[in-house]
Amino acid sequence: MAGPVLAVSGLRKSYRGQEALAGVDLEIRAGELVGLLGPNGAGKSTLTKIACGLVRPSGGTVDVLGRPAGSPPARAALGYLAELFRFPGWCSADELLALHQRLAGSSGGAAERSELLDLVGLGEARDKRIEAMSKGMQQRLGIAQALVGGPRLLLLDEPTSALDPVGRRIVRGLLEELRGRGVAVLLNSHLLSEVELVCDRVAIIARGRLVKAGTPGELAGPDGVEVETADGVRVFAGKGREEAPRIVAELVAAGERVYRVEVRHSSLEDVYLEAVGGQTG
Amino acid sequence: MTPSPWRSAAVVIAHSVREGVRRRVFFAVLVLTVAFLSLYALGAHFVFRDVRNFAGAEAGILDDQAFAGATIFGLAMFAILFLGAVLAVFLTLGAVRGDAESGLLQPLVVRPIGRTTMLMARFAGAATLSGAYVVVVYLAAYAITDLTGHWSPDHLLGPALGLALAVAIIAAISLLLSVLLPVTAQGIVVFMVFGAGLTAGLLAQIGNAINSDSLHTIGRVASWALPFEGLYAAGLHALISGTSGLTGVVLQLGPFGGSEAAGPELIAWAFAYMLGVLALAALAFSRRDL
Repeated sequence: MAGPVLAVSGLRKSYRGQEALAGVDLEIRAGELVGLLGPNGAGKSTLTKIACGLVRPSGGTVDVLGRPAGSPPARAALGYLAELFRFPGWCSADELLALHQRLAGSSGGAAERSELLDLVGLGEARDKRIEAMSKGMQQRLGIAQALVGGPRLLLLDEPTSALDPVGRRIVRGLLEELRGRGVAVLLNSHLLSEVELVCDRVAIIARGRLVKAGTPGELAGPDGVEVETADGVRVFAGKGREEAPRIVAELVAAGERVYRVEVRHSSLEDVYLEAVGGQTG
Repeated sequence: MTPSPWRSAAVVIAHSVREGVRRRVFFAVLVLTVAFLSLYALGAHFVFRDVRNFAGAEAGILDDQAFAGATIFGLAMFAILFLGAVLAVFLTLGAVRGDAESGLLQPLVVRPIGRTTMLMARFAGAATLSGAYVVVVYLAAYAITDLTGHWSPDHLLGPALGLALAVAIIAAISLLLSVLLPVTAQGIVVFMVFGAGLTAGLLAQIGNAINSDSLHTIGRVASWALPFEGLYAAGLHALISGTSGLTGVVLQLGPFGGSEAAGPELIAWAFAYMLGVLALAALAFSRRDL
């Protein structure tokens, strides 16, 4: 089995004595879409910036395809969209992508630019100046820019924060397509529903530490069995799917009439709130 | 395939030039330069016409054409240096910290282009454009001076190249400050450094006129600490280095005289200084979190 596309090991970062990351381990494999969750200031953006060489770590290692983060081969293998970004307003969408093609050494030419703009729903806006675009259009253009040169790793920091529901759906579809192509994606987001919908795995960071990680299914575990009887709705806390038939059988044996049975799961939001302990940045 | 540093640098320079064209920076510079040269032509015309009424000229003590030509052309050199410095500063304004704070820099820096290549490309673009600008405007001012007053400097190209090197040094200083300071502070500090250099040069000139060793020493130290001033002063000196007699003495003591010639040490030091400043900028940029 091939090694991880992104391997983060014991990663630490301090800003003037203040610890932003305190020993984070994380791996992302080809075709895997990992959601990185956490309150503001938890260290998500710092981790992403270290992975693309914008910030120097205080300790630990980050490798992209086995090469140290920030090295030219590592940078050549990734695409990045920052949370706060700006593109030159005088450029058109097509010119911006052409600039990034030249810097990335991409030989995709006009065909690649057209494909990327179509992918993010900006096919009609290729000649539009960036300063005339809405924030949502600029964000989608940012995603197209990150995809120039066919990166093996995509680092997206809040890529849907300025998007309307239609824009979000476009990005969701795009992420699923990228997964199919074997691209590894690290998605920083505050939108739990978004992460729950598209991510294969979720990692939750709080106070610079990885406090929880797993698939959305693993994290969102059973939260009890809810049964509706003639006396009303009763919740059997801590019980799971396997125990539902026994609970129903016991109720029926006790002479109760059962109208509805539902195995409840904790939502990603519940898991997140429990993991971060109500912390907010 | 990862592009070579040279190719990446060329891409960044071309992008900067395109930005200058599209944002009409060059158009604005062109219009203002035409206005400056028109004003200069008008000024030169009246200076050459009226210098005959100057007391020394009437008495035949001074070479009125050389006096008028060197003075007005020295003034033009001062203005050209200032315009070139403005261009160099604005082409490097916010190049690192300013662009990073606005989010413009990060999408470019994460590409395989190295930080040093990116910085050197910004320098090369700014230094080439502002250097070429001062040479062209200098030659235009020379042509105007020659046409209106039939006067030519004793050395033509040396001062022009000195001015080009001076604005390249200012671009390097500005780029270093762009790594260390926010945009507004960068602009203020670089113009204060520029002003301090010219003031020190004038002090040296006064020191020369009144024979003050202290002021002369201040001027020499400033010329080495801020070699763009030394190059400018040496350029002024070269304009009249072959002018002899009382005219030469009076011109050398004037505000656009230039008391020091540029020896090979000053030229070598100016290049070393510029490379040193660029190395510092590259080091500071490589250690900066974005």
